[in-house]
Amino acid sequence: MRYLPKSDAEREQMLAEIGARSIDDLFAVIPAEYRLNRDLDVPRQHAESEIIDYFRNAATKNTVGYYSFLGAGSYRHYRPVIIDSLVQRGEFLTSYTPYQAEITQGTLQAIFEFQTMIAELTGMDVANASMYDGSTGTAEAVMMAVRVTGRHKAAVARTVHPEYREVLATYTKYQGLPSNEVGFDRRTGRIDLAALEAEVSEETAAVLVQSPNFFGVIEDIPAIAQIAHAKGALLVVAITEAISLGIVRPPFEADIVAMEAQSCGVALSYGGPFCGVIATKEQYVRQMPGRLVGQTVDRDGYRGFVLTLSTREQHIRREKATSNICTNQALVALMATIFLTVYGKEGLRELAVHNLAKADYAARTLSAQRGARLVFEGAPSFNEFVLDTGEAPELWTPRLLDVNIAGGVPLRHWYPELGNATLWCATEVITRENIDTAAQVLAAAAVEVQEAC
Amino acid sequence: MTQESKYMSNRRSVGKVRPHPTQNEALMFEKSAPGKRACKMPPLDVPAVDPASLLGADVRREAGLLPELSEIEIIRHFTRLSTWNYAIDLGMYPLGSCTMKYNPRVNEVVARIPGLAEAHPYRIRSHAQGILEIIDLLQRCLLEITGMDAITLQPAAGAHGEMTGILLVRAWHESQGRPRKKVIIPDSAHGTNPATAAICGYAVENLRSNAVGGIDLEALARQVDEDTAALMLTNPSTLGVFENEIHRIADILHARGALLYMDGANMNALVGKVRPGDFGVDVMHLNLHKTFSTPHGGGGPGSGPVACKAFLEPFLPIPVLVSEADGTRRWDYKRAQSIGRVRAYYGNVGMFIRALAYILANGPDGLRQTTEDAVLNANYIRKKLEDVYELPYRTPSMHEVVFSDRKQAAKGVKTGDIAKRLIDYGFHPYTVSFPLIVPGALMIEPTESESVQELDLFIDAMRSIAREVDEDPELVKTAPHSTRVSRLDEVQAARKPVLRWRPASQ
Repeated sequence: MRYLPKSDAEREQMLAEIGARSIDDLFAVIPAEYRLNRDLDVPRQHAESEIIDYFRNAATKNTVGYYSFLGAGSYRHYRPVIIDSLVQRGEFLTSYTPYQAEITQGTLQAIFEFQTMIAELTGMDVANASMYDGSTGTAEAVMMAVRVTGRHKAAVARTVHPEYREVLATYTKYQGLPSNEVGFDRRTGRIDLAALEAEVSEETAAVLVQSPNFFGVIEDIPAIAQIAHAKGALLVVAITEAISLGIVRPPFEADIVAMEAQSCGVALSYGGPFCGVIATKEQYVRQMPGRLVGQTVDRDGYRGFVLTLSTREQHIRREKATSNICTNQALVALMATIFLTVYGKEGLRELAVHNLAKADYAARTLSAQRGARLVFEGAPSFNEFVLDTGEAPELWTPRLLDVNIAGGVPLRHWYPELGNATLWCATEVITRENIDTAAQVLAAAAVEVQEAC
Repeated sequence: MTQESKYMSNRRSVGKVRPHPTQNEALMFEKSAPGKRACKMPPLDVPAVDPASLLGADVRREAGLLPELSEIEIIRHFTRLSTWNYAIDLGMYPLGSCTMKYNPRVNEVVARIPGLAEAHPYRIRSHAQGILEIIDLLQRCLLEITGMDAITLQPAAGAHGEMTGILLVRAWHESQGRPRKKVIIPDSAHGTNPATAAICGYAVENLRSNAVGGIDLEALARQVDEDTAALMLTNPSTLGVFENEIHRIADILHARGALLYMDGANMNALVGKVRPGDFGVDVMHLNLHKTFSTPHGGGGPGSGPVACKAFLEPFLPIPVLVSEADGTRRWDYKRAQSIGRVRAYYGNVGMFIRALAYILANGPDGLRQTTEDAVLNANYIRKKLEDVYELPYRTPSMHEVVFSDRKQAAKGVKTGDIAKRLIDYGFHPYTVSFPLIVPGALMIEPTESESVQELDLFIDAMRSIAREVDEDPELVKTAPHSTRVSRLDEVQAARKPVLRWRPASQ
């Protein structure tokens, strides 16, 4: 086996030195009745070339070469090549959690830089070293609000990613934390502020909203914060599209931000690994879940970095920890760190403005087709919008696929009241040609429908 | 001493180490200068927009303090940082229970094949068949390896898998009438176990280990009652000891209607030799980033699949992968008894691809040989060090061995000091002060990835340090001596947390 650095002669020699007759001696402790005395029924040993062939073949069944308007929490953005050049350095790739600070300063400084950039982007004071993803980060942020406030209810906007809400429900089920959902304004697609005001009480630990929300609409964060804070609740803001922060005002009024950083240089990879992160105000840092890197000095006074405030964590506090999280998404956070460094202060703004322009053009062009309309209007959005095509998406989807375009995500499954509406995303990688082609196909569909009537 | 040899003396070898300069590197923010850039956007092919008029009050007025650097500076920045890290690629990384094995490079190549890496999670089913086939094959391999009946790959890491597994336990008990109240956890367990039980709404009851570091069957029989939901057991234990009365443990639990959860952190000792499903385990998690070679990446990403017996299958998180009569596969969301989702989408799919590539590279013979080599290596280290470091439990070792610092502590040198001194010899430290049942523990897991030569260098280093403890304890207590930074002030870091950079003027 090519990954095993031993000859049979060496194995024999080692066994002799141990004083074992055969390798079976070392497994003698396993009761005989449970020993597996046969080969595992898994595929035979493959050559490296065969492994590559297997996955290439599977990938072709996955169909490549499509232009995609799919977003909904997972975004297609350009990934600068140096991300993969750098994260594949063995010193990053094959290193463990940096508990031994003297020989992991590289990882530690990079995480410190990540924490700084996330805090800057989100308008918060501090950020942690990462969470599994945006959905679990959001659930953990709500539970953090419960610890901070000592209250046990959450008010959750229905405009939060449906799968995030499902994860929250799983996490909070056994924490005695009922969460009530708050509907949205059917004209703007924003959370219904009057309904929110009615829902929030002195028992509310957290108000959870997403901005830009699942429909791509930017929520009125100052107004929502006012409602939450008036009753002493914390405002938790989830962000699934990190690139929005290049041009959209950060949720300064939030108490906790839970963000998915996948947009920052992380491949879609059918939904993971992604990179969640929690950011918050200074005063709540000791209630944060997850690892934190802090700056300190060594015995000679040189600057260095260590994992810190670990008395919050499971390996010290066990059942009293702020979370059970241990392994996080460090290497993916490094991808995001490199991405944000490549784009930088001006580049990120420019990237965000390109997204804004593409989505603006796509929304105007697609909604101008006969039978189509934008479902929400009157509130700003970033790079996603909800389109009602009249015709059911199941009917036009194959026609778009014929011209190598994957159209928007149908919303009926999560929002039956929205009928045939679909959620479209146009990032910087979508071209004007893609948009115009999609519009032509949708227009053709509308004509056919009319003729059929 | 000649002038030349005086200078040369700095280049003296210690074991496998000779000094090599690393370069200083400031924080990226300190190197930034306005106007430098590393990116160029293509020309905008749609009409330009005015952000202020589109976004109104929601437009960002002040950009965050992101750095402004050129591409070569970024390459150097992260490359220099990387040289400050120790890594498996540089040498043995004997962290106990962490299974720091070789991370094959073909795994990285196949995970980046465009058709897989660029697949959107909401692409339509007919366009996802390739990736669903990969997930299906991995699931079937993991079920065969564990001897279990059903599996979810959704959990993102080991602790996340624990939570999923205990939620399955809870949902099953609820379906039987009541959730029960407590989870029993041995005192040798990882901290994630009690933290997980608490998150799932259970009281944690500690189970004391017996004289040989294993489960005390009599104590367990006394402790298990009608309120016990499950025992969370790591097998082999964190001492590297196989619970040879595992079937009796399962019987005691099952007789009272409680379930056996197995923490699969130490599965690297079992693959191809024995299957948890065959020895009474009801539900368990795996760590693809331990047993199945996906890279640790400085702390993640991981992947923590949960495998269970058939009676727990109805409770698995949604969605569950199912096969249709026509050979295609789809996600099934309509499962009334499901515990719900534990993560958006389907899990850390990129890690599934890597783990499957590892299984394919090994085949049944390679997987078994891997396990045998891992156990062989641990026993070799045990044999070669047991005369200088105290072995608190003489029970046979599987894939890891735990010593204590009792002999060295008599000279005022602790396990943490010995660990730091190992760094000077070119090794990553072993796991320090864990498991908690061994005072001053040195927990060593070599994995199968080490050659005899590397093992011998490690053994020489450990023996040499033991001599240093006798002859010059200060040398060990003040280690490491060869690193960029000396021991860091962790107290200051925690008392006055500096968790981000700020410009000097603020």
